[in-house]
Amino acid sequence: MGYRDDAGALKRLVKDDRVHRDVYTDAEVFQLEMERLWSRTWIYVGHASQIPHPGDFLTLDVAGQPVIVVRHGDDSVRVLLNRCAHKGTKVVYAPAGNAGKTFRCPYHAWTYRTDGSLLQVPLKEGYAADVQHNGLTKISSETYRGFIFARLAKDGIGFRAYFGDSLSSIDNLADRSPEGELEIAGGCLRYLHNCNWKMFVENLNDTMHPMIAHASSAGTAKRLWADKPAGMPKPMAIEQIAPFASDYKFFDDMGVKVYPHGHGFSGVNFSIHSSYSSVPEYEAAMKKAYGEERAKTILGTVRHNTVYYPSLTIKGAIQSIRVARPLAADKTLIESWTFRLKGAPDALLQRTVAYNRLINSPMSVVGHDDLHCYRSIQEGLAAQANDWVDLQRNFSANENGEITANGTSEISMRNQFRAWTEFMTP
Amino acid sequence: MIDPIQFVIREARLLDEKRFDEWYELFAEDGHYWVPASPGQPDPLNHNSLAYEDKLLLKLRIERLKQPSAYSQKPASRCHHLLQTPEIENSAKDEFLVRTNFIYTETRGDDSQRYAAVAWHTLVGEPLRIRLKRVDLLNCDAALPSIQLFL
Repeated sequence: MGYRDDAGALKRLVKDDRVHRDVYTDAEVFQLEMERLWSRTWIYVGHASQIPHPGDFLTLDVAGQPVIVVRHGDDSVRVLLNRCAHKGTKVVYAPAGNAGKTFRCPYHAWTYRTDGSLLQVPLKEGYAADVQHNGLTKISSETYRGFIFARLAKDGIGFRAYFGDSLSSIDNLADRSPEGELEIAGGCLRYLHNCNWKMFVENLNDTMHPMIAHASSAGTAKRLWADKPAGMPKPMAIEQIAPFASDYKFFDDMGVKVYPHGHGFSGVNFSIHSSYSSVPEYEAAMKKAYGEERAKTILGTVRHNTVYYPSLTIKGAIQSIRVARPLAADKTLIESWTFRLKGAPDALLQRTVAYNRLINSPMSVVGHDDLHCYRSIQEGLAAQANDWVDLQRNFSANENGEITANGTSEISMRNQFRAWTEFMTP
Repeated sequence: MIDPIQFVIREARLLDEKRFDEWYELFAEDGHYWVPASPGQPDPLNHNSLAYEDKLLLKLRIERLKQPSAYSQKPASRCHHLLQTPEIENSAKDEFLVRTNFIYTETRGDDSQRYAAVAWHTLVGEPLRIRLKRVDLLNCDAALPSIQLFL
């Protein structure tokens, strides 16, 4: 029984308050996710600060397809399929670099401008006259405050219509720079997850797990610190890890907000990032740049995780992002990047770098807790007696549109699956 | 005084025998354990690392491994360091830099991972203590699965 030609069967995988296990485990469903959900929606492909100069490029896979993100000579960002029109060779292979003015295929030297148009072909007269039309396939892209998104499908939902007011989390992240600009800094942590990509994305706003799954790491950190003499300055690592062991009330009071098309964030009222020590030099720079009141609003917005469904998740308050790169139904690469806030002191970069290695590294004790659970779900879902994964917490009928709810509600997961159905069925 | 080469060999053995509390005592009070995430990474503070831990964070890791709620350690991981003879790269008064090629294996249940690495120990004092243990993984910038014990 295939899903490809049976829209009804795909639709039946998602109920209002539960989903069928095949959405996490079935190889055909995964393939359809790549062809539909991940091709018809806006996928995060990189940050403009990674390609500051003409000819700068980066390469990645989007929905299983090879893609180039490049800055063209006119300073615009272009997204192209990395596939020579001739035999299919990737015209550039490095993860990042500078191409100069052209991409030259290493196999037969077909050469393309950085807008994808074909510049030259050796011994051109032997080919059909319209060979010049065979450029690199151009992909729709939009850059919002430095964040570059691409939509593989030629036609489909527009960028603004897709993200709507959820873009306020990107605004808050960028506004945290006294100059209003971000710069990727400090490299990337690349963590291989033995699970379906959705388990990672759903977990970011699953606020019923930290006090349980992270008891061994955050709980231990809390205890270690409790043993220290009173009055000792609290190390940054303790400030960052201990709040993961907060209680149910804390996470419930945090609040969660969802938007159409699967986006949403937790930490409407406060978050695990709210009680970090102040950095006076930075706060002064913010006040100078924005004025006292506006600076207070920006820094007082401390959202927990914002999901830009399906690919990008951001933490404005600690200026880091995690990007989901699905590899197979049970395999996902998570890339964790950090930002320098232009005009802010180095202490801010050092704080996000410290957080990133503590929480998002393949050597993170917090990560070990999470990955154990994800893998365990992936294996547990092989059980056939119960086909359904439960998403019912605080469900109410007619959930739709922009909604704010209590922080431990599973509304963000239900909201993601509403988008899933929207884009998965023809 | 125990010589720096014997020190490094013993350090690896303590890890392989999971004598983590004794291993922890090998670090100086200001000691750090560092695993860079990029080849040639100059700096642990302004660049992401796989690990950069002071004694407090090493203690956290060790105490976590003892918790019944450390589910990712059921079954428990095991590790093995296969060392090439350590070389003293530099020695000054009361300070040695020791370079050691090694192959690291970590297993958990049926899973097994293997890495090529170079350890750089900065050893100070009498008795010798670790001021910095930096481990350069050959594929430190690759997409890596969970690595749960100490390289």
